Amino acid sequence: MGAAATAALGGLGRTGVFLGQTLFCCLTPPIKGARVLKQIWFIGWKSMLVIVLTGTFTGMVLALQSFPTLRRVGSEALLGPLVALALLRELGPVLTALMVTGRAGSAIAAEIGIMRTTEQTDALELMGLNPLRYVVVPNLLAAMVALPLLTAVFDVVGTWGGYLVGVRLLGLDGGTYFGEISNHAEMKDVLGGVYKALTFGLLIAWVCCYKGYYSRFGAEGVSAATTQAVVNTSVLILVWDYFVTSVVF
Amino acid sequence: MIRVEELWKSLGGQEVLRGVSFELQPGEFTALIGLSGCGKSLLLKHLVGLLKPDRGRVWLGGQEVGKASAKQLEFLRSRIGFVFQGGALFDSMTVYDNVAFPLREKTSLGEADIRCKVEEELELVGLRDASKKFPAQLSGGMLKRVALARALVRDPEIVLIDEPTTGLDPVVSRAVLELFGSVHERLKLTGILVSHEIPRIFEIVQRVAMLHEGRIIAMDTPERFCASPDPVVQQFVDGSSVGQCVSPARVPNRVPSRRDALTCSTAQPTFLTRGKCRV
Repeated sequence: MGAAATAALGGLGRTGVFLGQTLFCCLTPPIKGARVLKQIWFIGWKSMLVIVLTGTFTGMVLALQSFPTLRRVGSEALLGPLVALALLRELGPVLTALMVTGRAGSAIAAEIGIMRTTEQTDALELMGLNPLRYVVVPNLLAAMVALPLLTAVFDVVGTWGGYLVGVRLLGLDGGTYFGEISNHAEMKDVLGGVYKALTFGLLIAWVCCYKGYYSRFGAEGVSAATTQAVVNTSVLILVWDYFVTSVVF
Repeated sequence: MIRVEELWKSLGGQEVLRGVSFELQPGEFTALIGLSGCGKSLLLKHLVGLLKPDRGRVWLGGQEVGKASAKQLEFLRSRIGFVFQGGALFDSMTVYDNVAFPLREKTSLGEADIRCKVEEELELVGLRDASKKFPAQLSGGMLKRVALARALVRDPEIVLIDEPTTGLDPVVSRAVLELFGSVHERLKLTGILVSHEIPRIFEIVQRVAMLHEGRIIAMDTPERFCASPDPVVQQFVDGSSVGQCVSPARVPNRVPSRRDALTCSTAQPTFLTRGKCRV
């Protein structure tokens, strides 16, 4: 029991040191700009299709589920704000983060794990390059840029999905749908979602890079690291979401 | 040029290096041999500061590696070319980009100069035509040669080569060893070559060192090394499976055979019993 607690504490400490070192590298030059752009393309652009699909259908199902209840209480005009606020405040950042974790976070953990196993990170070190600066920092910066952008896309297509179902399918007036959104949604809601997405980006890159960087050797080690990266990040996103919500909103 | 003094290292509670000491003069190419898993790769990683010893010291060109600052360590490493056992090539880059990578990252050379230098190195290892291939498209021998080209591209003074012929067929492994020999002949580099290619390795090195049970038990010219009376050295040179170096009883998961009972005692030096033990 004592040994397990010590190991857990040691692991937490190592995770904290890893983040500290990475943030220090983020704040001190040189930053590998080309690598950052490449990772923005990988994390951001290559996740676009999955974000558009999940965003659209989330907005659609949200409208489909809410409309009957709202009609029962005579408030169907509030369908737009309900869909938009749910997306802006919660579903947009959280679902985007979970999708990016599954698509890009797992790939990042596996790539770094394989680089460790095949001594590519040792080779970087021998060339005088800090592996954290070369491998981890670009992922961290790219995730913090890509997540808010992807969340914005998710929110827009989700709202559009809600419009498709609420207006085109269920007969709500289009002007009411968008007019009520502009009446109820505030800048605070938009910024709250952006803050969440920023911190989720940091969380995804931090945990996935850490798990890959300290993966055990061999195929089994990399496979375990990838699984742990996805599971731990997903759980942390939901836990962290609660605390950010309680502070921001 | 390279000096190691009483180097100790434990891994997972097991002492792998137990007081390794040796010295290499400039321009000297030395083969490091020993049983698989005896700590040869571990020793090489200590030389370049990738691992920290539990005890002992390593000097490279007069600078103690353990006491070097980050800047000094970077400078020391810039003088070293390291060929990893698996090549450690960046699998997301082509052969050309792999070899050009150290120049792009650590020098101020323009792309034209980098191209010239990379083509020269690829020519040296006979792989100029493979420059656009990715590591996954290369054979084992080609991977090792690309790794050598990358290690040499910044004109190092020291090369450390870890088992360059593992997994290669005899023809390719001979070609790879001859390539290392000719590169050394041409560039007069100081180097350590970890290899099991006995006796072929003796043709290209000036000295041979044997790591056994955590220590360097013999270090001499190939001729004198082969003539060593040490039974462990003799067994390794002969490639015999029976003797003090390794005996059937020490090979894990081995099913004892009738032949074991007829084999000479492992406590007896092999060179004394050779010829009498044939079953």
